[in-house]
Amino acid sequence: MSKELIRLRDLCMAFDDEPVLNNINLYINDKEFLTLLGPSGCGKTTTLRIIGGFATPTSGDVLFDGVRINDVPPHKRQINTVFQKYALFPHLNVYENIAFGLRMQRRPDPKDPKRMVKIPNEEIHQRVMEMLEVINLKGFENRKPDALSGGQQQRVAIARALVNRPKVLLLDEPLGALDLKLRKDMQIELKRIQQQVGITFIYVTHDQEEALTMSDTIVVMDKGNIQQIGTPEDIYNEPKNAFVADFIGESNIIDGIMVRDRLVQMYGKQFPCLDGGFGENEPVDVVIRPEDIDIVPVEQGQLAGTVTNVTFKGMQYDIIVDFRGFKWLIQTTDHSPVGARIGIKIDPDGIHIMKKSAYSGMFGDYSSFSEEYDELDDASLVPDEEESGDET
Amino acid sequence: MKHKLSRFAIPYVVWMALFVVAPILLVVVYAFSSANGGFTLANFARMRTYTVVFTRSFKLAIIATAVCLLIGYPVSYMMSREGERFQRVAMVLIMLPMWMNFLLRTYSWMSILENNGLLNQFFQHIGLISLYNQIAARFAADPAAYVPITHFQMIGTPGAVVLGMVYNYLPFMILPIYSVIIKLDASLIEAARDLGASTVQVFRRVILPLSLPGVLSGITMVFVPSVSTFAISKMLGGGTEMLLGDLIEQQFLGGAYNPQLGAAISLVMMVIVVVCMVVMNRFGEGEEQAVML
Repeated sequence: MSKELIRLRDLCMAFDDEPVLNNINLYINDKEFLTLLGPSGCGKTTTLRIIGGFATPTSGDVLFDGVRINDVPPHKRQINTVFQKYALFPHLNVYENIAFGLRMQRRPDPKDPKRMVKIPNEEIHQRVMEMLEVINLKGFENRKPDALSGGQQQRVAIARALVNRPKVLLLDEPLGALDLKLRKDMQIELKRIQQQVGITFIYVTHDQEEALTMSDTIVVMDKGNIQQIGTPEDIYNEPKNAFVADFIGESNIIDGIMVRDRLVQMYGKQFPCLDGGFGENEPVDVVIRPEDIDIVPVEQGQLAGTVTNVTFKGMQYDIIVDFRGFKWLIQTTDHSPVGARIGIKIDPDGIHIMKKSAYSGMFGDYSSFSEEYDELDDASLVPDEEESGDET
Repeated sequence: MKHKLSRFAIPYVVWMALFVVAPILLVVVYAFSSANGGFTLANFARMRTYTVVFTRSFKLAIIATAVCLLIGYPVSYMMSREGERFQRVAMVLIMLPMWMNFLLRTYSWMSILENNGLLNQFFQHIGLISLYNQIAARFAADPAAYVPITHFQMIGTPGAVVLGMVYNYLPFMILPIYSVIIKLDASLIEAARDLGASTVQVFRRVILPLSLPGVLSGITMVFVPSVSTFAISKMLGGGTEMLLGDLIEQQFLGGAYNPQLGAAISLVMMVIVVVCMVVMNRFGEGEEQAVML
């Protein structure tokens, strides 16, 4: 879509011999909204700090517009950062916070290019006002940061970083401190600002929903490795391994065997699917999203299981269904009572096949995966298990 | 506005009443009393005689505070940038002298600064005094009449008094400044650097203004004891540099026994100090609030 702006080449980083990043290779396009997504400790913030110039990689290169910038200090990069807790200057008002970067700048005098001069006040004023308009905070110039709400502080931090007209804006979990409602508003706001100023945003978060909402490209990271790079749709629909499938949205991950192209076997039964290119009878991980499962009468179902838990979520019910000891999460608008025997049907396009990976078997079972569901299960399952124990 | 006091506050209220409010009231009553107990303003009228002591006290206290600030700020700032271990050791070294009695410390300075004290013996030993005599003799108007010195006069000078104050009160400057600087959010400094500030600009635009509350309380904590100090001036000033503290002490304990006058001087000094502090804290209030965030 547009030209490449930043490239990370074989980037490695270690703190005290503890590897934090392993061979990161990534390119970032101009005007792109790219998100580094992963759990804490996955190396996403370190990657961001390396791009920003706050950390130096142990090995590998950072290229900006084709030029190696490993040793260029932060303030000489055309990159600005929005910090996790905003880091607004508490002693300066909104206007001066935004103007800070401009007041620091020296540039050649237009009349005498050898002399470095400050930016004239009129220009600073005009650019600060422009930024206040972008962030919709006109009239707040004289407020001190502590007289602003969290969302407003956030927007000031963005304006402060944008006023220098960087080519890239780095955002380190900028919405982490906001409440849910505000976070949703700010997601839309951030995307709007990015499109309005037309520069690259590199965004770090552990919140998959944030990543899906705003990004052009998502980079999923874990344990210092890139797990998958793709558009939000790619990442959600075609996760590369069990980690990605589990981290992005909810998913049931089941052991399967690829009988042949477009036919997978689970629980000893064969299911048509759309994937191919695996070896004959190759063991695979099968991902089924909770919303892709239809509940049908037992006799019409491809599989039959027992409902062990139902949670009302407003838009849908989250129900946990036991299929021979493996618990699935199903999201449905139909209510099924706990204890009911139900059948399920899965359309071929609802079945995603992944190669086995180091993450196989670690995720996707809702009796062990989600703590929240785990607790519910434990509470409701104890009598059930005793009963079934008696029967057998 | 009336707040209901918690039961647990009662001991403190009693304590404050007995040991803070009552003594101040006594000072006020005494200040306006004559020797036989009647109301009078004569005590304040008499104070004009001592204007020179007032000016000297404030002058030396201001100098000592300024010196403490000039030493204390850089020390606090550099300390805050060192490793945790260094900071802990440095902190202990700064506090260590304070564990010893104030009078003992000042006595040791006496023996260091005396005419045949440690320092002068050292100067003698390395030949600094004879070097001085040679140079002074050469430049004297009448070299033949030049009387060589046997020591540098250090004790009994205003400089020695200031030194004593600085030595005794420097920790009170370092501690508050250090504790403010160390609490500065590191991301503020990163943000400033990210926005293009040089090291000097980061200091001037971010660190200095944000450490102002520490500076203000450091100034208060050095200035107030300096202006009212006694003993230091007596011991290091050799009696020639009488300060307010000594003057007050004399009115209560010395030959010039006159507690009413002593109370009046104390009262005036307290009022001046309080006014100074209020003005200064007004000036720094905005910053302080900002840092409280």
